[in-house]
Amino acid sequence: MFSRDSWKEIFETIQKNKLRTFLSGFTVALGILIFVSLVGLTNGLQNTFDEFFNDDSTNTFFIYPGRTSMPYKGYKSNRQIEFDNGDLADIEKNFSMFVQYVSPRIDRGALVKYKNESNNYTTRAVSESYQYAEKTIIMKGRYLNLEDIKVKAKYAVIGRLVEQDLFGNEDAVGKYIDVAGSVFKVIGVFQDDAGDDEERRIYIPYTTRQLIEKNTDKVNQIVVGFKPEMGYAGAMAFDKSLDNFLREKKYISPNDQNGIYIRNVMDIYEQNQQFAFVLALIGGFIAIGTILAGIIGISNIMVFVVKERTKELGIRKALGATPRAVVSSILLESTFITTISGILGMVMGMALLSSLGEKLKDYFITNPYINLGLAVFATVLLIVCGAIAGYIPARRAARIKPIVALRDE
Amino acid sequence: MSVFRENVLNTNKTNMIELKDLHKSYKMGSNSLHVLKGINFTAEAGELVAIMGSSGSGKSTLLNILGMLDEADTGDYTLDGVPIKDLNETKAAKYRNKFLGFVFQSFNLINYKNAMENVALPLYYQKISRKERQERALKYLEQVGLKEWATHLPNELSGGQKQRVAIARAMAAEPKVLLADEPTGALDSTTSYEVMDLIQKINDLGNTILVVTHEDDIAHMCKRIVYLKDGVIVKDEKVKQVRASEYV
Repeated sequence: MFSRDSWKEIFETIQKNKLRTFLSGFTVALGILIFVSLVGLTNGLQNTFDEFFNDDSTNTFFIYPGRTSMPYKGYKSNRQIEFDNGDLADIEKNFSMFVQYVSPRIDRGALVKYKNESNNYTTRAVSESYQYAEKTIIMKGRYLNLEDIKVKAKYAVIGRLVEQDLFGNEDAVGKYIDVAGSVFKVIGVFQDDAGDDEERRIYIPYTTRQLIEKNTDKVNQIVVGFKPEMGYAGAMAFDKSLDNFLREKKYISPNDQNGIYIRNVMDIYEQNQQFAFVLALIGGFIAIGTILAGIIGISNIMVFVVKERTKELGIRKALGATPRAVVSSILLESTFITTISGILGMVMGMALLSSLGEKLKDYFITNPYINLGLAVFATVLLIVCGAIAGYIPARRAARIKPIVALRDE
Repeated sequence: MSVFRENVLNTNKTNMIELKDLHKSYKMGSNSLHVLKGINFTAEAGELVAIMGSSGSGKSTLLNILGMLDEADTGDYTLDGVPIKDLNETKAAKYRNKFLGFVFQSFNLINYKNAMENVALPLYYQKISRKERQERALKYLEQVGLKEWATHLPNELSGGQKQRVAIARAMAAEPKVLLADEPTGALDSTTSYEVMDLIQKINDLGNTILVVTHEDDIAHMCKRIVYLKDGVIVKDEKVKQVRASEYV
């Protein structure tokens, strides 16, 4: 059955029936190509969603103060809410069950100078625990520590691009920079996956910032990290009670939309994951549909091929072809074509995906890819179904009496 | 029947084909059409027999049964001493390949294979090596005078050439019996005589040939004519062979 001679016979048949070969090959190649591309693009979409979050912790709340929009308990409307160091301590004390860390965040733009180089950067005054919230990676030196906060040290941790801008090839650690008139010692350089903006920041102790600003105890925003083991439901409950606590403390109406805002990163993450899941579901559905359409397509072509060859098969049988020889020649021919074109479609699809890379990032598709196992599975499925679809009419053709087949015009 | 008795007495010659009381009917809806109603027939090795009859006489059915393209309902069929019965498709295919060569009215060449490949096809199913297949195919093409046309596709050949390729193909497997179903039916008379000339020459070499025809002149180019009517043999006579070469 697999002798060199029967392969030669099959190659000849393939070569001399180009339309047939093209039709069945094209159907399979296209089906696999679309399947691979679709799954890849869906994965790319998922990648983008993951990327939104993977540089930040998801077990985090960002608390933003606002301006009240309704009077409450004797306080007038349109009052600016402010947080101070006392609020940090209160949150930590009252919610010690849930809280992992609390950090303030005070952002200030500043002109930063080193020797002849200078540039404008955002300085972000935080506590030592803020490193967890941003998942900041220290390249060299160190991050701020508790001691720095206590002694209000004039230390700065600068982004990779700040070092590049100001120091060129020089090592920044241990050097002194001028931040809006105050001298800070660079104690570390960090990198961040989120991109250039993040890497053009400078972290300083929040106590130092407060000291510079006339020894105030005000903080802009509060970042609360909660214990990850609380899970989504725990986070939602904590969100609610933290909101109630702060509204009570700051005299903000429970109905006021504007007084205070808590950005629950975990909630947003969950929603995005759900959205991505639904998109993946739709993509997967279409991909399966494509494979099914491919299977139906190749089945149709096989029925057509056998029908078209009925007379030829009759002649072959009259000349001594056994039913087995007839079936195996049809199957070998079709499986050969579908295998070659299936692999071709798969390789083309994967090449397409890898060539895309980050090119479709504007359309929320990052590094589209397909699991090799899945691609191979889909290809094999199509080949096997094509073979089964070919076997049924082939067997029927092999059973037709040669005299009937010969009459076929 | 007299013919049958005659052949039984004539034991010094080998019987190539023996048919005993062959019946065949086709179901046409609720009706049954009795096509062959007890055929008794014997052909010796080296005979050239014409089977004649009007359409519906059962001559093609008889040829199909002889060719194992169809099966009789009852009766015995022996081919060169081998009883042909209980045929499944695989067995029939092997017997056809080993014992029989076919020539059809509509040539039945495979249109995407050239003349040589068509002739070599029965040898492929005999599992003969590619090189030998080609050599033998060329040899038979040469015998039918078409060696120069070996690489031409059937649609580049004339009707007579196609039939000669078909005859070469039928002979390539070196069958015991050559069965020709209206071999000249699609050809003009000149070409018909050329084809009959070829068939006569093949017969001269000692091959047993059965020709189904409804043309009198073609039938008289054989050595014996069997007349079929309504499913029975009505006349079976030896004739003086007219050589087709006289007309060519």
